Amino acid sequence: MASALIHAPKTAKRGETIEIKALILHPMETGFRPGTNGKIIPRNIIEHFSATWNGEEVFAMKMSPAIAANPFVSFFVVADKSGTMKFRWSGDNDFLVEEQVAIAVA
Amino acid sequence: MTAPGRRSFIAGAVVTVLPIVSARATPADMEAAIREVTGGAELHDGPVTLDIPPLIENGNAVPLTISVKSPMTLEDHVKAIHVFNEKNPQPHVFNATLGPRNGKAAVSTRIKLADTQQVVAVVETNRGQFWTARADVIVTIAACIEDMN
Repeated sequence: MASALIHAPKTAKRGETIEIKALILHPMETGFRPGTNGKIIPRNIIEHFSATWNGEEVFAMKMSPAIAANPFVSFFVVADKSGTMKFRWSGDNDFLVEEQVAIAVA
Repeated sequence: MTAPGRRSFIAGAVVTVLPIVSARATPADMEAAIREVTGGAELHDGPVTLDIPPLIENGNAVPLTISVKSPMTLEDHVKAIHVFNEKNPQPHVFNATLGPRNGKAAVSTRIKLADTQQVVAVVETNRGQFWTARADVIVTIAACIEDMN
């Protein structure tokens, strides 16, 4: 149904600042648009995105309907220890997608 | 210049436009939303870069990058980046939470813009400072709510 795409380096040097890009398929329906029948299409957005590294939250974003469809987010993180980065998107209609990537730190 | 025909035409145009305008946020709504974040603290121009194209053909997906010059250490880092707009139905765009783990205070995303308007970034540091950057954006094809007309 929903799918997420993560762009992150597989390996990094200790202390290196790496860029993480995350994209997810989602209509981000604003709740302000009428459909073909003239009725407002109900709001359906992702409200919250977060990223954790080995369980510690390193980035979070609260989204509004003004975020474009198929939300794309990029941010930076300092690689300290090898481990997993987990990503979590949650929103309207019990939308919940989790994705993870492994990053080896040398 | 002061032909009555023109005056009454303008008055009529204002009346017909009003219902659409009221469905959208106004600059005052945006200022109120910013105050909610700052708690009334003063905004200062800071080392904030708001990178957004000045002329946009399609308001449905506008690339936006906010970067802040900050050492991002435990003692001195950016805590949050908030983005607001003037004329979408709601003034909020996003609120991002950052910390020393980020190493670099920069966030990119893609946003919707319903009209030609100003986009405002408010950056909150761990020292309680609020920095701001503003950008004026011209939108030729508005996002979604254009259908309402």
